[in-house]
Amino acid sequence: MKAYKYVGKPIPRQDVSKVFGDAIYAYDVKLPGMLYAKLVGSTYAHARIKRIDYSKALKVPGVIKVFTGEDFPFKVGIYAADRDVLARGKVLYYGHPVAGVVAETPEAAEEAAELIEVEYEPLEPVLTIEDALRPDAPLIHEHMEEYRHASFIYPRPGTNIANYLKLRKGNVKKGFEEADVVVEGEYREPLISHAYMENWVGIARVLSDGTVEIWSSHQSPFAVRHLLAASLGLPIGKVVVHHTFIGGGFGGKAGLLLEHIPVLFSMKLGGRPVRLELNREENFLFMAQRAGYLFKMKTGATKDGKLIAHYGEYYLDAGAYADYTVNIGRSVGFVPTGPYEVPNIHVDSITVYTNKVPTTAFRGFGMQEMHFAFEQQIEQLAEKLGMDPLEFRLKNAIVPGKSYLPTQVRVREDAGDPAGTMKRAAELISWGKKPEKPGEPWKFRGIGIASFWKGPVQPPNAASSAIVKVNEDGSVDVLVGTGEMGQGTIYALAQIVAEELGIPVEKVRVAPIRSTDSVAYTWQTVGSRGLFSEGQALMRALDDLKNQMKEIAARVFNVFKDEIEIKDGKACVKGKPWECISLAEMALGYTLPNGNAIHGPLIGRGSHVPSQTTYLDPETGRGEPKPFMTFGTSAVEVEVDLLNMRVRVLKAVTVLDTPVINPGLALGQAYGGAVMGISIALNEELKLTKDGRLLNPNFTDYKVARAGDIPVEMVAEFLGVGQKNAPYGAKGVGELTMIAWPAAIANAIYNAIGVRIKKLPITPDNLLEAIKEQRPELLKELDKYLLGGE
Amino acid sequence: MAETITIRLKVNGVEKEVAVKPNERLLDVLREKFYINSVKAGCLRGECGICTVIMNGRLVKSCLVLAPEADGAEILTVEGLSRPGKPSVVQRAFIEKFGFQCGFCTPAFIMAAYWIVENMPNASEEEIKEILNSMICRCTGYKQIIEAIKYAIELKKQA
Ligand code: FES
Ligand code: FES
Repeated sequence: MKAYKYVGKPIPRQDVSKVFGDAIYAYDVKLPGMLYAKLVGSTYAHARIKRIDYSKALKVPGVIKVFTGEDFPFKVGIYAADRDVLARGKVLYYGHPVAGVVAETPEAAEEAAELIEVEYEPLEPVLTIEDALRPDAPLIHEHMEEYRHASFIYPRPGTNIANYLKLRKGNVKKGFEEADVVVEGEYREPLISHAYMENWVGIARVLSDGTVEIWSSHQSPFAVRHLLAASLGLPIGKVVVHHTFIGGGFGGKAGLLLEHIPVLFSMKLGGRPVRLELNREENFLFMAQRAGYLFKMKTGATKDGKLIAHYGEYYLDAGAYADYTVNIGRSVGFVPTGPYEVPNIHVDSITVYTNKVPTTAFRGFGMQEMHFAFEQQIEQLAEKLGMDPLEFRLKNAIVPGKSYLPTQVRVREDAGDPAGTMKRAAELISWGKKPEKPGEPWKFRGIGIASFWKGPVQPPNAASSAIVKVNEDGSVDVLVGTGEMGQGTIYALAQIVAEELGIPVEKVRVAPIRSTDSVAYTWQTVGSRGLFSEGQALMRALDDLKNQMKEIAARVFNVFKDEIEIKDGKACVKGKPWECISLAEMALGYTLPNGNAIHGPLIGRGSHVPSQTTYLDPETGRGEPKPFMTFGTSAVEVEVDLLNMRVRVLKAVTVLDTPVINPGLALGQAYGGAVMGISIALNEELKLTKDGRLLNPNFTDYKVARAGDIPVEMVAEFLGVGQKNAPYGAKGVGELTMIAWPAAIANAIYNAIGVRIKKLPITPDNLLEAIKEQRPELLKELDKYLLGGE
Repeated sequence: MAETITIRLKVNGVEKEVAVKPNERLLDVLREKFYINSVKAGCLRGECGICTVIMNGRLVKSCLVLAPEADGAEILTVEGLSRPGKPSVVQRAFIEKFGFQCGFCTPAFIMAAYWIVENMPNASEEEIKEILNSMICRCTGYKQIIEAIKYAIELKKQA
């Protein structure tokens, strides 16, 4: 990459208020006269509500009002509006909010909530994908045909299917006839939680002119605004969403969260501010989590090592509300294989409702889950072919400019460098060298690799925009709508501004705390799209601004515009660095010697839409789904300890093809994504009792990685192969860093002990089960060591 | 209404008497009576550690300390480490080494880092991890936090 002054440098983030303790999160927002809301969750997974008695609750001093589902007879949602505000008629999962109390103090609200009595008539809960698809399965959503949904979602009313996506490429039957080796597998991945550190909080009020204001813990302020307005029938210009810092999102705070609840409560209470703050247990129960998965795959290759056919049935266990998850069903359906060219594909991706906690987006949007399965198919095919798995990958890797996507569109020439990431990751993990065997005979080491790709999953009109204003001292304010949830995209954008205008980065401000009525629109902060989308809009805004600077300078110095260049925050006549006007001098326009002022304040504007993306054909999935794909490969070295059945990741390597704007931020994503991905691979699972109650809504029993769990060594590299229409070539990285770990670890375990892991998480219990099934002799050997001889 | 009792606390050098309920958490007293914004709640049951502050020279989880137990105590939070615009050594290290992302856990990790720098200037990486094990950061993967702590130890030695 060409050397730049700011772009590509690890410039410290500007949000140092987080380090001083004065950063404001939704959690910190308090308004005068604020009331407190508390929700009451169902104690059944599936039941009819017979009666709700809240007379005792109303008697608690300080209680203002109790709401139930019947107060809000409509649905909310983004892709499939299937969510009730509070349960109506039926409860659909354990913890499903059935009532909400509003009181003057949190204590009164809590006390009242405990006094609400609900009588249920239990129904048979549907708790597995298989049960949900039984022809005689109880219907979870009895009136699905009435739900609003996006045009690209295909629900099946009268069943528990929330979305059914078909992908067809080539002729899969013929493909399998030509195949010399075929591998079939079933892979299961559990329901898991984002476990971000800030529990969801929302504070809403309604002003006397009808303006609805909300401060909440969300990723995408404009999506919250749109969905609030659309779901509640409010004029969008009267909804103002305030974006504060947020304590982690990882997809779990995308779209509309629970904002409608405090907004509706406030609307019914004369506009008084209402705060709904979830505690940790409630956050596990009331906030949407990540779906569980079942992948059934059959993949074929020819004896010269070419992938030839892939057949898949992909099932997403979406829980009670699939509002957002239906779009993840699309995501895994139209990118159903890893970063390889497969000429014949037949995949059905089926999102099903069950009586479990609702689900939503999660970092990677189904790609971690799909690659866990597909990257093991790849390894098994290579083994059957007697080929090195790396060589097999390289032979089939997408070739930009030549290969065709599963959606039948040709991959752009500057799409990236999939093969490059495979080679470099292999080098970094010392591919081909068996790791040293540890001294203890019950410990085994192995290495594993997994390649991946992903781009944003968004409608073809997912827009972004940017405004750049110049202040009187030559500093610059950037107004963009992308949220700040820790990823720091807005600070990378600041670096781009500094580079383009040649001003110190300290002179560029992108306010982290913003409102929808004062910054430029962006669709959502999801899918690793921020840098690409906002960045493109920003580059255009900067072009606009520079053009204006040139116009002013051309007039002042009596030259053509093309004789002016922008350098070091000035517009100068080319070749005459002494004939310049600085940004400060023209911030509000320029005053000529005779007093005439020209142009007025400098303000640049730029827009973005993902150009040339299309709708997909409903029968085949044909079309262009994404404006870019980031390619990468991760590799691990693991140690499997058969004594305690634990797997430790010793070394974790990630290589992404894209250049990055700020390596400090990008490495932060890489390390954070690796540790989260490893944690998901080895530990994480939301566990239910057989009647559907969540067993582990806390951090003692839902284990996320801690400092002591991280790999001994973590390495991340970016190859710097950019896409031409991306800002400085840079594509998204946030989600990409998390995708490969379960797959790479499973492959490494196979390398270590010859056991295939098809079920996550790889806990001691699940590992033991897999060993018993596949290589019981390992346990016999172990007994030998432990018992001391035969 | 539970009756209140009066306790005396010195928070970041400022001493004050406040009326509290006997079952009130130190966390809430700090946020509501001393206007300490940095102290956050993540679980209120001692699992996440993001409410960590220094009390009488020891790292404590302020959600697990009841207000009466803190009577007479000296409390230090990140607000007490620096003046606006002037980061302490530990804060500087977190900024320069990208030791934070969403920042929700950051005040807690900075207090742990400060404690390590003050009390264990020769801490090994393993020892650092052991202290950090009582807290969760879901964003960073801990690596840049650990790097920041090691760097802070270096900076402190140079000073
Ligand atoms: S809030 Fe105190 S440990 Fe989680
Ligand atoms: S920086 Fe987000 S939890 Fe630590």
